[in-house]
Amino acid sequence: MPNAANNVFKALSDPTRRALFERLTRDGDLTVHALTRCAGVSQPMVSKHLSALKRARLVRNRRKGRETHYHARPEALEPLVDWIGQYGAFWQNKLDRLGELLERMDK
Amino acid sequence: MTAETSTRSVVVEKEFPHPPEKVWRALTERSLIEQWLMQNDFEPVRGRAFTLRANPAPNWNGIIECEVVAVEPNKTLSYTWGTLGMGTVVTFTLTPTDGGTHLRVEQSGFGPDQEKNYKGAIYGWKSFIGKLEGVLGGLES
Repeated sequence: MPNAANNVFKALSDPTRRALFERLTRDGDLTVHALTRCAGVSQPMVSKHLSALKRARLVRNRRKGRETHYHARPEALEPLVDWIGQYGAFWQNKLDRLGELLERMDK
Repeated sequence: MTAETSTRSVVVEKEFPHPPEKVWRALTERSLIEQWLMQNDFEPVRGRAFTLRANPAPNWNGIIECEVVAVEPNKTLSYTWGTLGMGTVVTFTLTPTDGGTHLRVEQSGFGPDQEKNYKGAIYGWKSFIGKLEGVLGGLES
């Protein structure tokens, strides 16, 4: 798996981080405070998770006054899309089954 | 890598020791399609809409909305494949060989060809992330 995909997988392997990313994908630009209200964990934890998402380039932040705002970079999921595209496991699996079916059809 | 321009394909190829006519039947007859792919109400008629149904997974209802794009008996079958907010096209190409049939499956159009699709795909990929096996090889119908 390419490095970029690895980072994305790692960042999204945690359910809290996944929830934060989904929230930002859905609701756009949000402050750490707003994210903390729904996260079910403390603000320092939210900040820590946001840093991990930022390292994977899944979110970006900017300061505005005293608050830090975050927004999602859904395009950072691209390595994942690439990875699944190369993998092609779904069709490999289905064609194996097709082969088995064709054998059965002989009978 | 730009989000605006790129689309991607999955290509899988396999050779079967069976004639194209027989492979074609497996690709186009409902009861046979169900045995290797998914439950379906397929009809080999251009323009005809049909659905493929897999077992639902978390965040995924298991339904794939399709429409037949091309039917050339024993040679080419192509249909749209819409699920998880993604619109892609699946094309089966059959080529006779000495020992049987070479089958090429191409699923194309992955990627953000439209803003709407792209946004949809992003939501769609969440379920992939949540349950890798569910969307990949493990889509057991």
